[in-house]
Amino acid sequence: MSIVPISYYLVLSAVLFGLGIVAFVVKRNIITIFMAIELMLNAVNLAFVAFARAHNQLDGLVFVFFVIVVAAAESAVGLAIIITVYQNRQTLNLERINLLKF
Amino acid sequence: MIQFPAEQLQNLHRLAPEIVLCFFGIIIMVADPFLGPAKQRILGWVAFAGTLIALISVRLMALDQGMAYNNLISADGFSIFVHVVIIGAAALAILGSMQYLDQEGIQRGEYYSLVLFAAAGMGILAGANELVTAFIGLEMSSISTYILAGFRRRAVKSNEAGLKYFILGSFATAFFLYGIAMVYGSTGTTRIDLVRDALETMIAGPQGRLDSLSIVGLALIFVGLGFKVVAAPFHIYGPDVYEGAPTPVTALLASGPKAATFALMLRIFYVGFGTTDGLWFWPIAISAVLTLCIGNFAALVQTNVKRMLAYSSIAHAGYILVAFAAGTVYGVAAVLFYLAAYVLMKVGAFLVIAHLGQRDEQRLEITDYAGLGTKQPVLAACFTLFLFSLLGLPATGGFLGKFFAFQAALDSRIVWLVVIAAINSVVGAYYYLRVIVAMYFWEPSKDYTPSKVAPALVLALSIAAIGTLYLGILPSHVLDYAKAAADSLTLH
Repeated sequence: MSIVPISYYLVLSAVLFGLGIVAFVVKRNIITIFMAIELMLNAVNLAFVAFARAHNQLDGLVFVFFVIVVAAAESAVGLAIIITVYQNRQTLNLERINLLKF
Repeated sequence: MIQFPAEQLQNLHRLAPEIVLCFFGIIIMVADPFLGPAKQRILGWVAFAGTLIALISVRLMALDQGMAYNNLISADGFSIFVHVVIIGAAALAILGSMQYLDQEGIQRGEYYSLVLFAAAGMGILAGANELVTAFIGLEMSSISTYILAGFRRRAVKSNEAGLKYFILGSFATAFFLYGIAMVYGSTGTTRIDLVRDALETMIAGPQGRLDSLSIVGLALIFVGLGFKVVAAPFHIYGPDVYEGAPTPVTALLASGPKAATFALMLRIFYVGFGTTDGLWFWPIAISAVLTLCIGNFAALVQTNVKRMLAYSSIAHAGYILVAFAAGTVYGVAAVLFYLAAYVLMKVGAFLVIAHLGQRDEQRLEITDYAGLGTKQPVLAACFTLFLFSLLGLPATGGFLGKFFAFQAALDSRIVWLVVIAAINSVVGAYYYLRVIVAMYFWEPSKDYTPSKVAPALVLALSIAAIGTLYLGILPSHVLDYAKAAADSLTLH
């Protein structure tokens, strides 16, 4: 049985991260943007796991737990902020949330 | 009596300020529901006491220096210097918040605990010797400040500031984290001192240079941290967030996280990537030029004083980057001195604005400052001092900060960068002086007189003003500390 090379995982991780960036830039709905950020964080997790395997260490796997916990805390706060914005503005479209402009 | 093993006690000493800050943060959160709405203000003083005790506990760190928790945290002179700066900024922001929160009707205990948690996160950033620990510190401070930026829940501008800060902040975090993953992949470690060793062996090895993985990692880390210090070209959200956030929070945002993130950047770039022979010089130098120009020129056209100061704080990140680009021990010392001076003058200036903004922050235009010199001479004098310092007039901390930064860059023969920075500080004079002219020479507007300054704010402004003058007139003491701190960072 052949083993999948590490580079495959890294390429997948880079692609996911790139997709996250594209979605972040292109999308206009706050929730979608929020999901794009989560996608980027999970791409990082994949990279950590792949590198941990490559170095034959456990460290990289432990980092993933930290990232997951922090991402959870971040989503809790982020969703709360999104809800207050929605309560005051009745919209989730970023283009209409533009009081602060140059 | 429980006997602590000596090592455990050492660890606690070396993390003492963070433990104190978190302890007080939790105490305030617990006490919050038990106190009636009228008594919430007491919690502000409790938080202030917490920052004072944290400042004292920095002494514990200083007496017992070294690595803590399996080399995750480094309690060295560098970390101690930055701790004092950060905790000082938090203390001033807390003092400046009390009257503001009353006036806005949002006097809540959790505000103060969030400030303390943010300060603890910044402390971890300053001391982190390991990248994932740094990530945790960064997130502790970021998540707390996301909430603080949107703390005026009913105000749409504050909402928007919180939202923008949250979205772009987490975007930047993802970059920072991906950078860490790359560095980990390349070197097999995330400890900054071991990264240095690994990169050294890589350069000495058969390839003779760094692999692309670590270079990409460094670039991504630079992007992530560049966002956090609001350096161009990652500054876009900065003015929006600084303008929309409650003004005392802006004072904290513009000082604390910036100082802490610069500290982490110094550690990563000077220690971790310190042997890479100018690899990061050009990105830093170009970012310095962009940051300076964008900050200063955009500030020129602002009529809103708060937004103008937001751009000015971007410009100041540029001066710090000039010292950063020097790449020498003296450069590190210059950055540290600049940070100390910058925090005092910036927090002071924003707290004056917070007071003058009045309810709902309606009075932020430059026309509202007309004739302030006759209406409130002491406050106007204070504000003038901070603006002079930001502008860089002699006898203020800001002047010597710039002076040392330029000197550090000149010592490293980066003359062109110093020339650009000097031109920029002349451009900067225009928008600072305009406010001063408005305060003293414009006809006072009849329709509004600012309210009395509360004792807490008087205390905060006096500390900031005396500190600014002290750094400007007797800098040698602090400069010696900064130099010793820089030595402790680079002599690993």
